[in-house]
Amino acid sequence: MGTGKIILTSSFTRGIIGQAVFAALGIAFINVIRAALGLEATLEPGVVFGALISVIGFLLGAGVFTDWIKWIGGQKTPLRHGTPAGKPEWSRYLNVDYNHKVIGIQYGITSVIILLVGGIFAITFRLELAQPGMQFLDNDAYNTLFSGHGIVMIASILLGVGAMVNYLVPLMIGAPDMAFPRLNAFSYWVAVPSAILILAGMAVGGWDTGWVAYPPLSLRAPLGVQLFLLGFYMNGFSSIAGAINLLVTVATMRAKGMSLFRMPIFVWAAIATALIQFTATQTVGVSLTMAVAERVIGLNFFDPVGGGNPLLYQHLFWFYSHPVVYVFVLPGLGVISELLPVFSRKPLFGYKWIALSSLGIALLGFLVWAHHMFVAGMPNSLRYAFMLSTMFVAIPTGVKFFSWVGTMWEGKLSFETPMLFVLGAISVFLIGGVTGPILANVPTDLHLHDTYWIVGHFHATMFGGFIFPFFAALYYWFPKITGRMYKESLGKLHFWLMTPAFWVMSLGQMSAGIMGMRRRIADYDPALGVANTQMLVTIAGLVIGWSVLIMVYNLVSSARSQEMAAMNPWRSRSPEWQIPSPVPEFNYDVPFEVVGDPYDYGLSDSEYIRMMPAPSGD
Amino acid sequence: MNKQKHYYAVAGLVVIGTIVSYIFLQAIYPLPKAASAEAKTIDFMFDVYFGLIAFMFALIMAFILYASFVFRRQPDDTEDAAHIHGNTTLEIIWTVLPVILVIGLGVWGALEFRGLVSAKENEMVINVTGQQWSWSFEYPEQEDIVSAQLFLPVNRPIVLKMNSEDVLHSFWVPEFRVKQDLVPGYEQELRFEPTVIGRYKVRCAEICGKDHTTMLADVQVVSESDFAAWVEERSARPAYADLTPVERGELWYNAATGDWAGCVGCHSVDGAVRAGPTWLDIYGRTETLTDGATLTVDDTYIRQSIQEPNAQIVEGFNPNIMPQDYVERFTAVQAEILADEGVEIDIIADLIAFMQTLEE
Ligand code: HEC
Ligand SMILES: [Cu+2]
Ligand SMILES: [Cu+2]
Repeated sequence: MGTGKIILTSSFTRGIIGQAVFAALGIAFINVIRAALGLEATLEPGVVFGALISVIGFLLGAGVFTDWIKWIGGQKTPLRHGTPAGKPEWSRYLNVDYNHKVIGIQYGITSVIILLVGGIFAITFRLELAQPGMQFLDNDAYNTLFSGHGIVMIASILLGVGAMVNYLVPLMIGAPDMAFPRLNAFSYWVAVPSAILILAGMAVGGWDTGWVAYPPLSLRAPLGVQLFLLGFYMNGFSSIAGAINLLVTVATMRAKGMSLFRMPIFVWAAIATALIQFTATQTVGVSLTMAVAERVIGLNFFDPVGGGNPLLYQHLFWFYSHPVVYVFVLPGLGVISELLPVFSRKPLFGYKWIALSSLGIALLGFLVWAHHMFVAGMPNSLRYAFMLSTMFVAIPTGVKFFSWVGTMWEGKLSFETPMLFVLGAISVFLIGGVTGPILANVPTDLHLHDTYWIVGHFHATMFGGFIFPFFAALYYWFPKITGRMYKESLGKLHFWLMTPAFWVMSLGQMSAGIMGMRRRIADYDPALGVANTQMLVTIAGLVIGWSVLIMVYNLVSSARSQEMAAMNPWRSRSPEWQIPSPVPEFNYDVPFEVVGDPYDYGLSDSEYIRMMPAPSGD
Repeated sequence: MNKQKHYYAVAGLVVIGTIVSYIFLQAIYPLPKAASAEAKTIDFMFDVYFGLIAFMFALIMAFILYASFVFRRQPDDTEDAAHIHGNTTLEIIWTVLPVILVIGLGVWGALEFRGLVSAKENEMVINVTGQQWSWSFEYPEQEDIVSAQLFLPVNRPIVLKMNSEDVLHSFWVPEFRVKQDLVPGYEQELRFEPTVIGRYKVRCAEICGKDHTTMLADVQVVSESDFAAWVEERSARPAYADLTPVERGELWYNAATGDWAGCVGCHSVDGAVRAGPTWLDIYGRTETLTDGATLTVDDTYIRQSIQEPNAQIVEGFNPNIMPQDYVERFTAVQAEILADEGVEIDIIADLIAFMQTLEE
């Protein structure tokens, strides 16, 4: 089969066609009904209904539901495995596939592509902000770009989390796959039409509400906001289904002898993450649905004119959207904890404390949401309560930092690219961490709220907690995924460009904020004295952008041409490194048994896992 | 190498790092001028938190950098490092100490916050209205003056009662440090006391749609006597926004306000001929010009006659009599009204409206 034909008949192509067809059907359906009722044709209700069912159209077209539909008809379908006959291996990544490693890589590649898209948005409006005065964007374009940047990056991060969790967790716990492979495919594929909806929203007029879409503004925003709300909403299915799958997998499919405290530490992070996704996503779903419904059918939840309450939305929204910050960072912090012992040749310092601190952060995360609303108009009593609860987040976070230091201390450190990114992550997450309490403290937050200080603070937590560790993970597990080594010199170049640039960027953003620059503005007052800082931040942003392109080039070119990597280039004790790379279809040809602790570096003759004797007789 | 030595070295680095970071923070994070009583309290907290940030940052970075330089693996060394699993005492210490610190900070923050939001004696109430994309301020204690500029007497506690006409907005003057969102349908309060005479800006801090960027208002903090003078001037003057165009047109005609020669000097409203044609029945009448042409008096012609009085001369009257600088003067007054009341007024349109009422 030719390349062109494979692409044209792939799940991706069929999905996009299905999405377009269903969107058109939805729009037509609503307007036919309206015509029958004697109402004039309008755009928004049709678009909303069309967008909603377009996601189903995509999934049907892509073939995500095929097996389930057959089951309903009483037909049995064996789990497909391996590359379909007569097709090249890469075709698996364009099609619905049930193998967790394929799905993990699909997540990963989509995440990086979307990361680049979000990055382009950011670079575009950063260039506008480099100087005071409007240069080449108008207010509407600016508002759409920064709103799109926010939500696209969130989608990218969620996909990146999915990539790491899907690829790594079954390998780490010795499972052949996830518990529900078809649900796993669904979790990935539903994220694709969701992302398409969001991008379509930007194309059909955009919106001006930021990614938070607070009413009443979101109730008056251009049509694009509807597609954004629906895309965001649909993406929630991916989170919830993925989380259930992960929890069941870890609960039931661990290797013999792998007690909870003998799991690789990343698995703990994945559990904590899944618990949040599984329990919090619903509330944002509710808030988004309510906003969509208020716009389309006039259900009056939020608009005060009809008796609604705008703050209700904010509470529902942040009840998810604060904890989701920990969905972004916990897996990243898990990567840091996972890699540090390997590159320090020392046990992870305080394994149980780190494991439990992940759970602690996840639980505390549910008690702090209203710090996003310190100036929103809440009663003072709530402001005191959320000030204190928020400050407590510092404690489990501190435990992680101290334990990382303990791990490195008196170790035998080496500085390959993954380790560099781990250290970069710690330094950047530290910047994000130490600039947090000043926001939890209400009196200082009264000044900093909704300024560039926030922008700097949360970019530091997102980069330190997700982007840097994610890049570390990409480099670290690259030889596992492809069997080949990336180019070390380009990896180091990437690190040395991106890390200082990021420091400049986030410190600069915070500086502009404290000097009086508000968030989400298309232009700023030169009288604030932040013009030079803004120029610096823009340059730093460009450097970060180029450095990421270097990584993409490095990984793509190395996957094809670099020399084969050793089986365990990092001398890790983790189970996934004890088998060949790329990993065989079913992971472990023979199951293993856990006989020791995961990070006992330096303990002579200790073993973490032992391959069980191959079953005889076949 | 002696283990103790490492710790001494790092301790030294932490001290130096803290000092350097603190100085660096103060340099790159300059707060705007402090112009309110609240700013004093809050800026002190900023200083303490900067110290804390500097210390926490230096503490972790000193260990990490030190370890990165001193505990390097030699390329040929394949042995693992010492097998140290953890240390429960240490873990407890670095859990409990921060707990104490956090509670301390929380209590301190709560006490200061209570001071910031509690009602003060002798507060002056100002009603604030935010709408896409402008501000308006009403002074209920000063005869309901309405102003687009926030005029404040220095050293007088202020309480803003804030409402929004449409979407969320947020009142923020960086020099005052405090901020509060405006929520449509739910009145919000914000308290502060300006302490430094000067000009500042209200900057809307909550995204409110297309022109959020330019949702600004001027703030002027003035001495008590200047404030009294402003109140007097503003309450003597009519609030133009509240008048109908016809009422305003009559004011412009009489030049009761505005510094120009009143039209009344040359144009009568009762048919009497003065230096210029009477305005009685002017709108829609047929006029013969000195060049013999005839035309009907409409909006365009009236505008033209005011902008360029000599362009078309009515038969029986002389050129160069009617002043030629009205447009300039009108523009200045319109700008003033925009600044004071936040409404855009077209003086010529008002005059036309007035003329239309002058029928026999
Ligand atoms: C110093 C005397 C003077 C003053 C003051 C004056 N005008 Fe006139 N105006 C004239 C004269 C003389 C003419 C006739 C010559 C001409 O057509 O320019 C005239 C003509 C006009 C016309 C054309 C009338 C018609 O019947 O065609 C308009 C309209 C007008 N003036 C408006 C105004 C307005 C509005 C003001 C006040 C803001 C004003 N004028 C003040 C002297 C004056
Ligand atoms: Cu939060
Ligand atoms: Cu606003």
